[in-house]
Amino acid sequence: MITVLFFAKYKEELQTERLQLDWQQDWRTLGDVRDHLARRGAPWTILEDSTLMCALNEEMCSLNTPVKAGDEVVFFPMVTGG
Amino acid sequence: MITIKVQTAPFDPGELTNSVHAGDAAIGALVCFTGYVRDFNQQQTVQGLFLEHFPGMTEKSLQRIAELAGERWPLQAVHVVHRVGQLELAEPIVFVAAASAHRQDAFEACAFIMDYLKTRAPFWKKEHTAAGSHWVEGRFSDLEAADRWADDQESP
Repeated sequence: MITVLFFAKYKEELQTERLQLDWQQDWRTLGDVRDHLARRGAPWTILEDSTLMCALNEEMCSLNTPVKAGDEVVFFPMVTGG
Repeated sequence: MITIKVQTAPFDPGELTNSVHAGDAAIGALVCFTGYVRDFNQQQTVQGLFLEHFPGMTEKSLQRIAELAGERWPLQAVHVVHRVGQLELAEPIVFVAAASAHRQDAFEACAFIMDYLKTRAPFWKKEHTAAGSHWVEGRFSDLEAADRWADDQESP
């Protein structure tokens, strides 16, 4: 299993805050998890947004970051604090 | 000494400024930044804001940014206070203070912390206008501002 969280615009448009996904043997990176979700079609294609940011286990990372079963993956739009 | 607070309650920047110094005679320079809710953005009149964040990761991100500043400049203290939830016009959103023996270190550290906070801490603003509410789009100019510190060895 893998846990995926969404924030802000993504959370609203997907009407989803948290997902539990079965681990797929061919997943290597966060990008693979993102692609898996985007293949569901609209509205999940919002995750193909060029300004998408991500985190792994509460650390900012990139779509190239390796992922493993049990991880917590987070997808969110560009941050706008401050 | 690093102090990080993420809170719904309003804060008084003047009181925070005095609390950072706290009579520490080693501090020769204290640079403070306060960001406020302003009444316009992207040509729309803003009536208020909602700030979402990722509890847990937010505090860790701010702590890491403050630690990076401390590795880069000799600092006596760093304080970061950021509000979340519902905010009204003209209310303070964020307070960053960097205290050092000398002004240049304090100026640069404060700017660095704000530039990193704007691009690496998980906060999202939703603006309320007469036409409805919408999420604020991230700005590439903020990423460019953070890039000027790019000779860092690591990222938070």
